[in-house]
Amino acid sequence: MSMILLAEQVLNGLQLGIMLFVMAAGLTLVFGVMGLINLAHGSLFMIGAFAAAAVAGATGSFVLALIAALSAAAAVGALVEVVVIRRLYNRDHLDQVLATFALILIFSEGTRWLFGSFPLFLNIPSYLAGPVSLPGGIEYPLYRLTLIAVGLLIALGLFLLISRTRLGIQIRAGENDREMIAALGIDISKLYTIVFAIGAGLAGLAGALVGAIQSVQVGMGEPVLILAFVVIVIGGIGSIKGALIASILVGLTDTLGGVLLPALFKQFMEASAATSAGSSLSSMLIYILMAGVLIVRPTGLFGARA
Amino acid sequence: MKLKSLALATCMASLPFAALADGHSLKVGMITTLSGGGAGLGIDVRDGFMLAVGQADRNDIEVVIEDDQRKPEIAVQLADKMIQSEKVDVLTGIIWSNLAMAVVPAAVAQGKFYLSPNAGPSVLAGKGCNENYFNVAWQNDNLHEAGGAYANTAGYANSFILAPNYPAGQDALTGYKRMYEGELAGELFTKLGQTDYASEIAQIRASGADSVYFFLPGGMGIAFLKQYADSGLEIPVVGPAFSFDQGILQAVGDAALGVVNTSQWGKDIDNATNAQFVETFQAEYGRLPSLYASQGFDTANLLMSAMDVADVNDADAFRTALQAADFDSTRGAFKFGSNNHPIQDIYVREVIKEGDVYTNKIIGTALTEHSDVYAAECKF
Repeated sequence: MSMILLAEQVLNGLQLGIMLFVMAAGLTLVFGVMGLINLAHGSLFMIGAFAAAAVAGATGSFVLALIAALSAAAAVGALVEVVVIRRLYNRDHLDQVLATFALILIFSEGTRWLFGSFPLFLNIPSYLAGPVSLPGGIEYPLYRLTLIAVGLLIALGLFLLISRTRLGIQIRAGENDREMIAALGIDISKLYTIVFAIGAGLAGLAGALVGAIQSVQVGMGEPVLILAFVVIVIGGIGSIKGALIASILVGLTDTLGGVLLPALFKQFMEASAATSAGSSLSSMLIYILMAGVLIVRPTGLFGARA
Repeated sequence: MKLKSLALATCMASLPFAALADGHSLKVGMITTLSGGGAGLGIDVRDGFMLAVGQADRNDIEVVIEDDQRKPEIAVQLADKMIQSEKVDVLTGIIWSNLAMAVVPAAVAQGKFYLSPNAGPSVLAGKGCNENYFNVAWQNDNLHEAGGAYANTAGYANSFILAPNYPAGQDALTGYKRMYEGELAGELFTKLGQTDYASEIAQIRASGADSVYFFLPGGMGIAFLKQYADSGLEIPVVGPAFSFDQGILQAVGDAALGVVNTSQWGKDIDNATNAQFVETFQAEYGRLPSLYASQGFDTANLLMSAMDVADVNDADAFRTALQAADFDSTRGAFKFGSNNHPIQDIYVREVIKEGDVYTNKIIGTALTEHSDVYAAECKF
């Protein structure tokens, strides 16, 4: 295997990881601060992609589409928090899972009712299309490089928000002791709505960014949701830093495993069988990684609480 | 406007279609996928089927339609319900091979007829065939065999092939390799439902292949084609029609233009039935038909052609009438082989743009009067 191919695969893994981070950041915030398991996070990802496709189709502007994705998902998130999620904080996790699973079904069929059953069109804007040459002779799509940059910017923004702003202090305090900050006069229900809307908006933005190179269709959020849960479990629930490191770890493991394992198996197996066995094992790899991390650190890499 | 009429058509078509039943009426149970990720295919099959039934304007056929949600256990429940309480005579509609395998053997064992408008798993064509099971679409390997045959005529000698790691994906690559005579630059199994193909595309780039054959149905194909186009690779891509049907093409856009794909149907096949089908489908539903819609349409016409000459209660006569396949197919020539699977031509199509709509144009024939390799294993 050439070094160019390997470098390209590392970039691919990095890009997959960064997009997973944008998805998982909201999930880990909601889980960490509010103690809520939100299975409908994948639906917000889908809503972002559909909003982007609709706006891009109507206006032709990709930037407007991204803004629409962010605001539509955040607005739906805030609405859902006020109408449904708020009633679940004091229930146990099973009730939360049931209620948010119901939300998945409602959002999926609602989206189908609005947009029909056929996938929508959303494409990369022309100024980001095509490959660029990187040092070392690597041809890499410009759009994927942009995704890496945007994801890192979001990570930086979230880091600053959590560590440097008053809202961030409240979020961190809410994570540690929600009764105490309520007693200090902070409107906890408003704080929760804001946190949920931020998480939802990020999921929607990820949906729009990824939707441009994938298929905008009903149910697109659920496969990503599973990966996002793996990420927050590895990273430690509630930790943004953990989510960033875990998602890059998952992205790299998934991509490089898929390339290197079949190649490794070919050393001592027949080609067709090696491909099949290697592919099967590589699709288990991130779960093996998760199990391994949990054995060594049961609360995840950066999990604070047991 | 288009959306509205589509929604209206969907609502209307999802009402149980109840004709006035007289003594000799035939009841059809349609189990198909109308919700969830693969709903577009089921909706097309249903709409094509109901278009033919509506055009025949007869009062001796009744159709019960149910949604299997792409779940085998639900399909089995629906089949039981249709056979036991609805008392249907004929079952049809299933899209996916795993659902067909769950439903068909039990249904035909109870003496019901099953007409497959889409799935064609190899078991049902070979060892597990049944005289009451008719496939009106294709055996699963057929379009991939056509892909391999096309690669030979196009002069490709070093193909890179990929498909998802599940039974139909493995069958697809086997089908391609059965006909293809050149070398393989690489062979990959991707994850089922995978949406990011950056890693596969990098391997294609590094492999030195002169062509790519892929079987990635539904959303997987959309993602692959968009990412492939953006990668700047110029190696020609070939695939089966499943990644290029009318529902998917609009979501892929320019990335699909010029791509060659194999299909047993195209809207430009030149015969009166097909021309009338394409025109009336468009008028009724406000969109172009896909190959799935043509399969639903042909299934209904095959069924009604048998009803014209035999009563379904006389199973032997009805079976003989079905085997005769005396109906006007949208594909032109159509007949059944010894295992009740089609013997038909498979075409090579190219994706073009007509006005604002992406669609396919037939550019050649990959296989003529093609049957399947499993027919020899089938003994009724």
